[in-house]
Amino acid sequence: MLNILHQFPLAAVHDEIPLAAFLGLSLAMFALGSLGVLIRKNPVVVFMCIELMLNAVNLSFLSFASYPTASVAARDPFASAMAGQSMVICVMAIAAAEVAVGLGIIMAIFRYRNQVDVDDMNTMRG
Amino acid sequence: MTLNQVAFIILAVIALLGAIGVVFLKSPVRSALSLVINFITLGMVYFMLGNQMLGIAQIVVYAGAIMVLFLFVIMILRSQHPEEDTSLWKDRRFVFGLLGGALVVALIYNFVIQPTQSIYGAEFDRSYGSPQAIGQTFFTQYVYPFEIISVLLLLGVVGSIMLAKRKF
Repeated sequence: MLNILHQFPLAAVHDEIPLAAFLGLSLAMFALGSLGVLIRKNPVVVFMCIELMLNAVNLSFLSFASYPTASVAARDPFASAMAGQSMVICVMAIAAAEVAVGLGIIMAIFRYRNQVDVDDMNTMRG
Repeated sequence: MTLNQVAFIILAVIALLGAIGVVFLKSPVRSALSLVINFITLGMVYFMLGNQMLGIAQIVVYAGAIMVLFLFVIMILRSQHPEEDTSLWKDRRFVFGLLGGALVVALIYNFVIQPTQSIYGAEFDRSYGSPQAIGQTFFTQYVYPFEIISVLLLLGVVGSIMLAKRKF
């Protein structure tokens, strides 16, 4: 058992898995999220799909940050890793604020009209 | 195939199944639970990349805090909302949308994934993802973005209280 655990050195991850694998996972998650935003009618599920897209972007930020050979700041891998990670923290905070306000708006619409369907929300139509 | 590659493939498959579940499951509660699976698996991927602090933050903030908010709202709205039909394969607009999406995916594959296919990392220092490094960076180099995030979160709190207390 300990032998198996010793075969998981963290440094080897970057030697054995190319950057494209993480970017491909991120691309697939972003595509699924945008598909969900387009086809779902329940606004709560639409918000979940937006969260999915934000997480896909976070994943691509982090994978670029932890592959210093791929980034512009290849000569300073610490600065590049910190730039990516602080961007991800910004995205997390924005996602939290967005969910709090957005779900508040959905609840307000629900109290006002007693139903929520994104296809019927057209009172702001000009 | 090494153990790292096997682990990555397992994590990626679970994350993609969770994402597919969010989009295509009919009940909002099931969508939320598959989103939790996706978030936790993504936290594991962050650990795998060497970003321990953000993996923990992913699990605590997303799978913990944000999903609780989602589940509360679903619980309040649930009795009012019929389960919707997500089978749109017959709709012609959906087919055109799928073609456009395939075009975008092909472009990204050609210009992003293909060029990065042979890029492997040099040694990634494990201490770059530690809470200590992140805290030090946020209080020295990125102190203004940190303050802006604080103001944004305060605005979010005040705005959601406003929305909750207002009488229509």
